Amino acid sequence: MAVIEIKNVAKRFGDYQALHDINLTIEDQEFMVLLGASGCGKSTLLRIICGLETASEGEVWIGGKRVDHLQPKDRGIAMVFQNYAVFPHLTVFENIGFGLRMQKMGNDEVKRRVERTAGLMHIEQLLDRYSGELSGGQRQRVAVARALAMEPDVILMDEPLSNLDALLRMEMRAELKGVLAESNTTAIYVTHDQVEAMSMADRISVMHEGKIVQAASPIEVYRNPAAEFVAGFIGNPPMNFLEATSHGGGKFSVAGHSFDGPDAANSNLQFAIRPEDMTLSEDGFPAVAKVVEPLGAHLLVTCELDGKLFRAILDSEMQVKPGQTLKLAPMPDRIRWFDPSTTLAVA
Amino acid sequence: MNPRLLPYILILPVTLFLCLFFLYPFVLVAQQAFSNGSGFTLTNFRDVTEHWKFPISLKNTFLLALAVVPIQLALSLLMATMVTKMKKGRDLILYIWTIPLGISDLAAGIIWLAIFEQSGFLNSMMGGLGLIDSPTNFLSYQSPVMVFVAIMLAEIWRATAIMLVILVAGIGLIPKEYYEAGEVFGATPWQRFLKITLPMLRPSLQTALVLRVILAFEVFAVVQALGGTLFPVLMGETYAYQFELLNGGAAAAIALIILAISITFTLIIMRALRVPKGATI
Repeated sequence: MAVIEIKNVAKRFGDYQALHDINLTIEDQEFMVLLGASGCGKSTLLRIICGLETASEGEVWIGGKRVDHLQPKDRGIAMVFQNYAVFPHLTVFENIGFGLRMQKMGNDEVKRRVERTAGLMHIEQLLDRYSGELSGGQRQRVAVARALAMEPDVILMDEPLSNLDALLRMEMRAELKGVLAESNTTAIYVTHDQVEAMSMADRISVMHEGKIVQAASPIEVYRNPAAEFVAGFIGNPPMNFLEATSHGGGKFSVAGHSFDGPDAANSNLQFAIRPEDMTLSEDGFPAVAKVVEPLGAHLLVTCELDGKLFRAILDSEMQVKPGQTLKLAPMPDRIRWFDPSTTLAVA
Repeated sequence: MNPRLLPYILILPVTLFLCLFFLYPFVLVAQQAFSNGSGFTLTNFRDVTEHWKFPISLKNTFLLALAVVPIQLALSLLMATMVTKMKKGRDLILYIWTIPLGISDLAAGIIWLAIFEQSGFLNSMMGGLGLIDSPTNFLSYQSPVMVFVAIMLAEIWRATAIMLVILVAGIGLIPKEYYEAGEVFGATPWQRFLKITLPMLRPSLQTALVLRVILAFEVFAVVQALGGTLFPVLMGETYAYQFELLNGGAAAAIALIILAISITFTLIIMRALRVPKGATI
């Protein structure tokens, strides 16, 4: 039960600026995902919130209390580490109870909490084992149970699923989301995996070069990227971009076609459209198919248009051959515009 | 050549070397200890253990080990923890701290003798500061405690580094994430040391303690230099039997007694610091 406020947080490592003036409010019981490529500063931000790293500037507030001068243990947080950090010399029981033991909690209460959280994570039959005897997935469960046993206000997770294989990751993703929703804690989850972010988050903060580029719901981030970076980062494949030449009064020409763009804009813009937001129509862009990839659920066609690569996702029943010219018409309400000078979205 | 034989062929030279220069002499020593020229006997053991100096040297050896090893353990743990925390100049400090390792134990004894003897550094310093009027002989039969302390200091100075080196290597192997987890889950620095460093350091502690304890039971040259006959130890008795009393059988018997003590303590340390079954460190 806690709101997290990050105010003007910056972090420098020597000459390297890892974080620039971060401002972010995470609501009580919200599931916030920090998403970005490696080196974007998302882990650094998480470590500043948990207290393993000190911000060069700015403040961190948890539950209405300023915490950036407090030790991690006094912040009401618990953390799940990327490499689990499950102690190899302790049994699963003692691992889950580690934080409770440090608080000098009574044996009965430790036992009650350990058994309850082990039950939640379905590892109650492993309590006497050591971590060397567990699989990666089981170790991950122990790490989550150890965090939940603290009954913290906030759970911080640093790429917790990145060491698991694909199938297990999908299973754990759903399970983790369910368990966290029931525990009523605020969660911050760091990942570079956009599918993980989209599927788990209430809100995603997309980070790039030490800044938060956009913080919004997954569908908003997907549909209305706030910047070119987000448009090119989210979605697989990402959005297509084409040059749009302004003719004034909101009129633009894109690859020889006229479009109505943002009224206010009188300079050239970037025209953007998602690969799946295209229909086949006689008045569409003529695009020459280069590579055709049947992916089962749909057909991914990489074309050349206006001298650039342009991807379209079509129905898997379609018969497309390389060299064939497709007429691709963008759905009008799915077109987005970006200003190349600021790289930001223009409405 | 059969590839399955290759490993055995590769270890053959070492094995032969050890058999020739360790196992064979060891058998000879054992033979010497258990015979009096005509057959099996325990006379040598009875002779050495019934000698009036034996209980004293046994007691002294144990006392010294008991006084020195725990202090060295604590010191080396402290030093290793400090060195590991250092960001800069870590290697330099480690080299300086391990200098005594490069000095022979007799030389170490002589260095400390130069400090404690009547015309030594300690006396001239205290005289210079006006703390004493005339030089005192610290290392005489009248001050057995001082003799013991001097030997202790020399041993600590000389042989802590060997434990330090092993422990520094061991601490370096503990992943940083465990400490971060400890910190997040509320362990104080002291609790992190007790609950994470010590248990995860068990294999290195085993090695360091076994090595150090065996060396402590073999202590000789430092004691000889500082205490001479004032502080008899087991190894000194072995030397005396062999080279002064020319009684090879008795010397062999004491050597075997020291070996038995060393093996016993090795087993005790291994047992006490064993990693629980199933735990992997």
